[in-house]
Amino acid sequence: MTEQTTMPEQDVAKGRIARILDSDIFHSFIRSKVTVIAAIVTAVLMISAFLAPWIAPHDPFDLAQISILDARVPPVGMAYHDPRFLLGTDDQGRDMLSGILYGMRISLAVGFLSVAFAAVLGIFLGLLSGYVGGRTDAIIMRIAEIQLTFPAILIALLIDGVANGIFGNLDRERWAVWILTFSIGLSFWVQYARTVRGSTMVEKNKEYVQAARVIGIPSFIIMFRHVLPNVMGPVLVIATINLALAIITEATLSFLGVGVPATQPSLGTLIRIGNDFLFSGEWWIAIFPGLTLAILVLAVNLLGDWMRDALNPKLR
Amino acid sequence: MFGFISRRLVMAVVVMFVVALISFMLFRFVGDPINQMVGIETTPEQREALRERLGLNDPIIIQFARFIMGALQFDFGNSYQFKQPVAELIAKRLPATLELSFVSALFALVVGVPMGVYTGLNRHSPLSKLFLTVSLIGVSLPTFFIGILLIFLFSVHLQWLPSFGRGDVVAIGDWWTTGFLTLSGLKALILPSITLGLFQMTLIMRLIRAEMLEVIRTDYIKFARARGLPDRSIHFVHALKNTMVPVITITGLQLGSIIAFAIITETVFQWPGMGLLFLQAVQNVDIPIMAAYLMLTAFIFVVINLAVDILYVVIDPRLRTERSGL
Amino acid sequence: MRYRVAAAAAVIAALAGTSASAETLKFAFQGTLNQLDPYSLNESFTLGMHGNVYEGLVRLTPDLQIEPSLAERWEIIEPTRWRFYLREGVKFHNGNDFTAEDVAFSAERVRSEGSDVTTRLAPDVKVEIVDDYTVDFVLSAPNPILHSEWGTWLIMDKEWTEANDAVKVTSASDTSPNYASLNANGTGPFKITSHEPGVRTVYEKNENWWDEVKHNLTRVEFTPISSDATRVAALLSGEMDMVYPIPVQDINRVNSNDGTSALTGPELRTIFLGMDQKRDELLYSDVKGKNPFKDVRVRKAVYQAIDIEAIKTKIMRDLATPSALMISPFLFEHSDEFQRFPYDPEASKALLAEAGYPDGFSVGMDCPNDRYVNDEAICQAVASFLARVGIKVDLNAQPKAQYFAKILASGGYDTSFYLLGWTPGSFDSYNVLLNLHNCRDDAGNGGPFNLGGYCNPRVDELSKLILSENDQEKRNAYITEAYRLTTEEVSHIPLHQQGLAWGVADNVSVAQRADNYFKFRHVVKN
Repeated sequence: MTEQTTMPEQDVAKGRIARILDSDIFHSFIRSKVTVIAAIVTAVLMISAFLAPWIAPHDPFDLAQISILDARVPPVGMAYHDPRFLLGTDDQGRDMLSGILYGMRISLAVGFLSVAFAAVLGIFLGLLSGYVGGRTDAIIMRIAEIQLTFPAILIALLIDGVANGIFGNLDRERWAVWILTFSIGLSFWVQYARTVRGSTMVEKNKEYVQAARVIGIPSFIIMFRHVLPNVMGPVLVIATINLALAIITEATLSFLGVGVPATQPSLGTLIRIGNDFLFSGEWWIAIFPGLTLAILVLAVNLLGDWMRDALNPKLR
Repeated sequence: MFGFISRRLVMAVVVMFVVALISFMLFRFVGDPINQMVGIETTPEQREALRERLGLNDPIIIQFARFIMGALQFDFGNSYQFKQPVAELIAKRLPATLELSFVSALFALVVGVPMGVYTGLNRHSPLSKLFLTVSLIGVSLPTFFIGILLIFLFSVHLQWLPSFGRGDVVAIGDWWTTGFLTLSGLKALILPSITLGLFQMTLIMRLIRAEMLEVIRTDYIKFARARGLPDRSIHFVHALKNTMVPVITITGLQLGSIIAFAIITETVFQWPGMGLLFLQAVQNVDIPIMAAYLMLTAFIFVVINLAVDILYVVIDPRLRTERSGL
Repeated sequence: MRYRVAAAAAVIAALAGTSASAETLKFAFQGTLNQLDPYSLNESFTLGMHGNVYEGLVRLTPDLQIEPSLAERWEIIEPTRWRFYLREGVKFHNGNDFTAEDVAFSAERVRSEGSDVTTRLAPDVKVEIVDDYTVDFVLSAPNPILHSEWGTWLIMDKEWTEANDAVKVTSASDTSPNYASLNANGTGPFKITSHEPGVRTVYEKNENWWDEVKHNLTRVEFTPISSDATRVAALLSGEMDMVYPIPVQDINRVNSNDGTSALTGPELRTIFLGMDQKRDELLYSDVKGKNPFKDVRVRKAVYQAIDIEAIKTKIMRDLATPSALMISPFLFEHSDEFQRFPYDPEASKALLAEAGYPDGFSVGMDCPNDRYVNDEAICQAVASFLARVGIKVDLNAQPKAQYFAKILASGGYDTSFYLLGWTPGSFDSYNVLLNLHNCRDDAGNGGPFNLGGYCNPRVDELSKLILSENDQEKRNAYITEAYRLTTEEVSHIPLHQQGLAWGVADNVSVAQRADNYFKFRHVVKN
């Protein structure tokens, strides 16, 4: 959730060639049981989220299927449960299990999209900044600095407000995911930019780049080809950790009421809704999505963790 | 040296100006403040008159100039909701946020540093793995959810700690109020500080761990070891000292995030600080408060950044080129 | 509950410094008390709080009957001349005497520029001082409900206000805060000793209050707590003596908790749905070139598609009264003559087919998510009910700031289908008919809160008759006729009167008013 830009692990990893499918890495992966479990959990959650429309018992977005008369049915195993609803229902009569599967889909979509957006933007600006240098570099890095002044939550709050002002007349359900993606992604690009910029500056002065320039190959392309593989390791680490952060940020924004609308809830929205029912004993409305979110983020974080250590050549 | 600092200073001013411009532009879109100021029965004519008096109908450039002129004199106008000068409101709320941030930073350091040292030195011990995993759970749950669970457990269920507010506060001087001097004030600090500090704690722990892992492999430590210095002295005097520079830097830079993150913690615990004020301002489209808050956050961040930059140059002039990007 | 006792003991210990027998009431509300000028904001919580400090010529009993307050009695000496006899010997908190001068001053100030409560007294009413303790109000036309909103027209001290240069009402745009917005000087049972907006406001008992003291409080502390969960937790943990509102789902929890219970009752606010009947083409819809809501059959189809009983039991947990009218039955004695159209999805589908929409249509719906009890949940349920008769609703639920900005006159009535709540400030049907049912133009002249633009000239005509008719029976007949028309034409879809839920510690007794005003003078703490 907080800016991770300044974590020196990344700086340490920066500029070092990380052989992605290195056999050492593969070994360390297999050796670490926790990592294997985390990878399996992540895969299972992601696949079931992806397959939600086919495996979910109900369609929680189809209003005609939802009946308010089914509201707040407890999960199977408790008194008054209903076998149709394995994990119970929420306050609108939506099946919790289906809601969680679809919600995870939205959370992951926001997560992946915003990370992709941040990575593309960050890598491009980083390359540009490191390669061109001078005034361009100064301007981009100054923008990065301004960006850091506004933490993700603040940026998202403001962008959501602006989006509401601009798109207020349009269908919010359709825009919410993109607005979230944009505002979360916007707060993450700096880390990629700085990492890539550092590598670029190192590579720029190497002889082969000079040579390429002499024989007329556009040096920007050379940079792209040589710098990018170098920074893939750190970028992947940043991306993994950012994925976890993005999912949490989305949940937090939903808690503050600026996330996706309640008719198409993400995990965060489900928790926000369920939060209102914690004291009244209908714990399943908040706890199940909360648990799913925690497990998902934990698994992704563990993967990121392992990756960071594995890709750091100093620690082998 | 002087040239470098003055260049950074100019940059800081530019940054502040841009922040002011961006926040000002954003506010044009967040909603109509008039709706929040008046009751539902106010007629369109009255609304229009009010709009005119507030200067909301003036060209944007004039509104912006007015905003900048005011900001330079620490005058952000009056809050639409509270009818009080924003500077005064924020000054009153500042102690609450700063005390909370301070205690959570302290918590993060006091718990995070030893855990980081331990996990760094004993990389493969089961306890290290446990620390790492548990700390990951801390960052895998959203802050608001942690806060609510803490309230549920410690306030409602066990009834040990208060669920909201600062408890009894003692005024020191004209504008500072502290919760450090009363029992209820100290008790009220516990849950919000843990909620807010958990993330930083994890960050610091992992940072120290990573630094320790690096440092103990350096020739310098190997040399110390070869000289036969006891492990304890090597670990805590030589190794930890070396990790402290980045840690302090990061902690300093994280202060901005702590203050921003206080928005959520303060909302959950009804902590009467700036974050709560800001969120209420967002909900009520209280533009002067939002503007002042953003400017203040930016200012704190720019100052910290500037201080870090200057410090680095003072310590090691060679870093000048490398750090110029930060 | 051992811990509760411990907590209570700690509270008492903390307060021991002030007085041994002090009874302090700590309470929390979801919103904030911003400024102290009683004319700055027409909002019920704010006015209710100011009503503990300031008083009007009249006041309301716990069951909302008008009773004398600063005026001992009054009479209508001519149809257009009301005479008020003021209470003698009343003093403001600063020791100044309360006299007719103060009433005349307040009458001017409440109608001045910047005041948000100008509706309390029409601009053409003249105030004449007869003597120190007698005031005449001279009207240009008879008005049987002249004093109906005077419970929230609070009288200020002329001398104090003038001396502190606060004659001009602190309006939203003032560049320097006015003395009266930061300080208070009323005649009421409590005075304010400290006020930090958004943090805490402390009241202390006014030892020199003129009326018989029925409460036993010496001090009241108000804290705004916006988060529902935190507010409920504060009550459950014994930190608060009283909090409101309580979310309906937490009522059982509050009741089952040792030492607290929920106080519930009907509220006067009516929650309803409105439909745009004014535009020729419906916004946010797949129907082009026409407006389905102009057809009364479509409006009735929407009405009959909604299962109000399910909303009542499942969303409101029985803390709501389904309503056939746009006004609470407590405010209109012939309410029982009206029935809701029955819930009947088949009839609804038939009506839609008859109107030319056998496959339904899509429409955007605007809904607040932080204004009324479970507002967003109600809208979602409505969307789900309508989906089953073929009407696809795209729900746009927003915080009230953005919501009101969009749907009200200032936003150009930018809505096709919306949920709104209304409490008539005067507790009278005239207010409902004028604001919600009278024809309006695009700027909102006419019925400013008739967002859907329903228009029936006869209803406008009846409203005028209702305003000036002094005969209660004739007046009621006019009101009944107006409601018959609006009901038959489905001008709106009334849903329910939402319930009030306050959470109160068992050692505290309070009087819950149906307008959700909280008066400290009715509180007893043991």
